[in-house]
Amino acid sequence: MIKVKRAERSWVIYYFKSLNGLIGFVILALLIVGSLVALFHATPYDPVAQDIKAMLKPPSWHHIFGTDQYGRDEFSRVLDGVRRSLAVSILAVSIAAGAGLLLGVFAGYFGTFFDTLVMRVSDVFFAFPAILMALAIVSSLGHTWLDTSIAIAIVYTPIFVRVIRGPVLTLREMDYVKSARVLGFSTPRVLFKHILPNVIPIFLVQIALSLSWAILTESGLSFLGLGTQAPDASLGLMVSEAQSTAAFAWWTLVGPALALVFAVVSLNLVGDGLRDSLDPTRRSV
Amino acid sequence: MANVRKRITTKLLTVASTLFGISIFVFVVLRVVPGDTISSSFGIETSALSPEKIASLKQYFGIDKPLIMQYVTWLKGFVTGNFGLSYHTGVPVTSLTLHSFPVTLELAILATIFGVIVGTLLGIYSASQPGGRRDFVGQIFGLLALAIPSFVLSTAIIAVFANRLHYFPNGFEYSPPWVNLWMNLQQMMFPAVVLGIAVAAPVMRTARSSFIDIQDRDFIRTAIGKGVSPRRVRYVHVLRNSLNPIITMTGIQFGYLLGGAVIVEQIFALPGMGRQILDGITKREYATVQSTVLIVAITFVLINLLTDYIYQKVDPRIQ
Repeated sequence: MIKVKRAERSWVIYYFKSLNGLIGFVILALLIVGSLVALFHATPYDPVAQDIKAMLKPPSWHHIFGTDQYGRDEFSRVLDGVRRSLAVSILAVSIAAGAGLLLGVFAGYFGTFFDTLVMRVSDVFFAFPAILMALAIVSSLGHTWLDTSIAIAIVYTPIFVRVIRGPVLTLREMDYVKSARVLGFSTPRVLFKHILPNVIPIFLVQIALSLSWAILTESGLSFLGLGTQAPDASLGLMVSEAQSTAAFAWWTLVGPALALVFAVVSLNLVGDGLRDSLDPTRRSV
Repeated sequence: MANVRKRITTKLLTVASTLFGISIFVFVVLRVVPGDTISSSFGIETSALSPEKIASLKQYFGIDKPLIMQYVTWLKGFVTGNFGLSYHTGVPVTSLTLHSFPVTLELAILATIFGVIVGTLLGIYSASQPGGRRDFVGQIFGLLALAIPSFVLSTAIIAVFANRLHYFPNGFEYSPPWVNLWMNLQQMMFPAVVLGIAVAAPVMRTARSSFIDIQDRDFIRTAIGKGVSPRRVRYVHVLRNSLNPIITMTGIQFGYLLGGAVIVEQIFALPGMGRQILDGITKREYATVQSTVLIVAITFVLINLLTDYIYQKVDPRIQ
């Protein structure tokens, strides 16, 4: 048996060598575990159960994040809020990433009329500040979590289209792709074997960053009362409710705020880590 | 010369097609999708209306015509400055907008000034020691400014200043700068700082990488070699040459402020465009929402155009 030594180590090893990537991964993993706990209704208290005997209690062993003005357990609500934010963001970004990848590859690879059309349409979408566009779409769709996801997906699709189209346009003109075409390889083969593998790194980084923006947009909509509706827990809604209580019960603001900040920071760090580990030229030995 | 003219024509055509697309988008999302104006104004009582009554109401609201005609009518009105009426108050949206536009513009300008100054200074600070302690401090700031949502920061500010320190100028009725400038600036302060911090983060990142790139160039080394003071090198030679990416980033951020203003104006009770849109949405005033969203989008496109122009002015090499 001849042992073949792999020339390149997996990018996973490089990923965990970077401190940013590691910290981001750990925080994100904790948040995901927390939302799974909420998903299987294993939170210490029911996130919507009121308890008038325990209103606005500061953090203690019974309620580690304290309780809100209805005596609901902040920790359970934060977990449930993280679950809802992540669910909406993941659905929204999956739709946006899928549609963006498809449109971007087609526009970049086949070009001409379709390309012009896609780019003009994405110009129109770029003319709206994200939250404003999400607001407009939500105002006509509705306030369920599915409506919120669709609105966010529509807002972020053009970003994916642009991020994918650029490299595809360059790759199409590369010699190795041209030779593949000259050799008579089928279009799907060229697309999947020669173009896509080179786009995937940027695509993954973009997914991480978009997830963090989607979380901010979702919580912004909920804060304005146009996303998740009370009594359900959502990080944005919890901050909105904390407006009246934060002055004398700081924990009502700090719980959801920390969860939001950690979610966004971790996704940004994961994005940084992915960018550094997936791009061979950026790897430090 | 012919080349320049051709470029300008292409640019203007692109902008025109974008504006056209925006108007269609706004029309489709805000007029066609929400169903009809009648059910939104009468709610569950719609079913009690007789068919004749519905027909006459449809004629009244102008929704008995084909969609394309409705679009043309709306666009014609918009172009001539007739943005429609607010159903509940009967006030023309044009006059609402004349009051709200300056508020948002002032807020966006103040926030941008604050954000650019803080962001650029932090960028210089970080870049003076790449990979060192200063850089670390700068990067942490950048990450936090990016991650702390404006509504969280605003809520915290209100909790501390309004409720603990009893200082809250936004509790009073909004006063325009020409009525009471001092009051106006106090009311603008918190929202401008909140939005400004959001601007500072990307500006800081851009400034940092731009400085790091420029400060290793030969002409900088020459300047240092000639004995130009380090301060002058940093603030004149390096800064002047790294302005372009910063300007681009500022332009983009300024546009986003028009959107970010929705949340902050709501929290700090500033009667700007964002609030007008949100009010319109909650009261189902589609004419208000439609026209205001369109105005914001147009402003956004024009700002991008302006950024391109400044970009070329600052850096003659772009020509």
